[in-house]
Amino acid sequence: MQTILDTVTYNRAGQKVVSPDYLLFEAPRTKHFMTGSEAVKEAVKRASVDASVSYPITPQSEAAHLIGELWVEGYVGVYFRGESEFGVMSELAGCAMAGARAITTTSGPGTLRAMENFPMWAGTRIPVQLVLMARGVNSPLSIQPDNLEVSFMLDTGCMIWYAENAQDLFDMILAGFVVAEQPDVHVPVVSVVDGFFVSHTREAIMLPPDDIALPPYNPYKAPMPVIDAEVPPGRFLRDPFVMKSNYISYATHASWQWEVRSAIERSRPYAKHYLRGLAEEFGDPEAEILFVACGTAAAQAKEAVRLLEDEGIKARVLKLKTIRPFPTEELIEATKNAKYVFVPEFNVVGWLEREVKSRLYGLSNAEIIGGPRVAGGMTMPAEVIVHEVMKLTGKEVKHVI
Amino acid sequence: MATLGPSSFSPYPVAVYEGVLNPPPGHALMYNEIVEEEVAMREAAKAMLTRANPTIFPGPQVLYAWNEEAKEKAKLVKRMAQVLGAKIIPMYDYRPKYPKINPAVEINPNHPNLTIWHNRIKACIFVGVHCHYANVALKIIRAETDCFTIAMCGMAGHEDAMITLRDQHVEEMEKFIRIAEEVKRELGK
Repeated sequence: MQTILDTVTYNRAGQKVVSPDYLLFEAPRTKHFMTGSEAVKEAVKRASVDASVSYPITPQSEAAHLIGELWVEGYVGVYFRGESEFGVMSELAGCAMAGARAITTTSGPGTLRAMENFPMWAGTRIPVQLVLMARGVNSPLSIQPDNLEVSFMLDTGCMIWYAENAQDLFDMILAGFVVAEQPDVHVPVVSVVDGFFVSHTREAIMLPPDDIALPPYNPYKAPMPVIDAEVPPGRFLRDPFVMKSNYISYATHASWQWEVRSAIERSRPYAKHYLRGLAEEFGDPEAEILFVACGTAAAQAKEAVRLLEDEGIKARVLKLKTIRPFPTEELIEATKNAKYVFVPEFNVVGWLEREVKSRLYGLSNAEIIGGPRVAGGMTMPAEVIVHEVMKLTGKEVKHVI
Repeated sequence: MATLGPSSFSPYPVAVYEGVLNPPPGHALMYNEIVEEEVAMREAAKAMLTRANPTIFPGPQVLYAWNEEAKEKAKLVKRMAQVLGAKIIPMYDYRPKYPKINPAVEINPNHPNLTIWHNRIKACIFVGVHCHYANVALKIIRAETDCFTIAMCGMAGHEDAMITLRDQHVEEMEKFIRIAEEVKRELGK
């Protein structure tokens, strides 16, 4: 359906609207030095965002606060504080159902407090974006990086992407809107990054100019009609979907749930394009030792590959950029020559190890080793990863741990 | 009655889980094959002209006058029905209705099989139905009926339909009507 939104030249902030390909791949970039939270602000600034809701919990990150600054500066249409994380996610859903491009950020405990909303987001087919700066959900409370909460998010019907660093996060936030808003996808996207390691530390990041931005969201291309909240009592919920005890309603619910999961699968070609692949390899392609990791664990695994080179051991990393959809084909291809697959993780349960094992079941002869694993905010020095490999090969460790 | 399908505990087949994705722009999907749009249009017209009780299910995007395109498409749906000798049964609302709909005059995405069973429909076209509801309905129809489904979609298409025509706007609908007239002549109808 052709609408006026298809032909806009400037957004509400007066930024020139450019194609997603131009913004992500072609626009000239300049180097900046900033935290992951500031990278979130820079991405939102260029994303023609209509609405953001925040809950001012500390010390997650100042990302939500920085989005508030963007509202003051006129880059974000609506910005307000929710009464809790549950309120934030519910209110964000309301914004999206009314046709707004919406984003918020949270972390560990807030994620679980809001949990009921995430499958609701997916079931109502809203393309909202959650930047999840993972910090764990364990008690006693951790305010350090740990990505246990991601395991709770895996089957909510949302796409789950995982950024390694601030640069990844910046690009993923922009690409996230583009992919999530495709009419045949149109499910929420959760852009995960490891809290503190990325959110609070500064690193070099390449940014396109801030006078260009993504095309505005066009809700008339959504797979469900947008609500008309102006006509009370109206359709405050687009389609009050009530499960009743008869066969037909069960049937609809089954089809509905598979449709949401189909939508995630349909995101593959778009995500491959805008993320330049669902996964990427680093290191010697012939190496028999493979690390499968995401986020900071992938960064540390890359360092471990360099250290292992000094020991005369070839290794490589398969960095997963998306967890939902899971890059199964890429994983199978990467493990063809592998004898040992290590899955280093920042959580106590090893959710990525479970994912990797289930995808490779019956398809790989490699030994899959769930580790090394740290939790509760511990760091994972590259030497710890090296040590695990050396134990396996029976070689002496030269590096000081 | 549904049985356990290929997608684990889903009683319904799910095309995506069988490796079938929507066609790229400029192409169509016929069963699980990507083909030229014209090839799919001919096959769709043939199905509608040769199977029993062909029916067009127009959805809200062509039933209500949202904009000029919607009005134009509504006229083309009527013309299409005349050429194909098809009935028109509207899907005018997506909300579930209880205890049940009147299957003689309406179709609902939550139990589309009732309308198809009642009217013994063996070929149908979805047009102007919002994508999510078309997808929910098409999975149910595929599992519960022997109806040949054709999706005429303004967006990216519906892989659960037997024929998917994507990016269908006024020009493409006019093209389909021309092709349907040709096929009708070829069939001697």
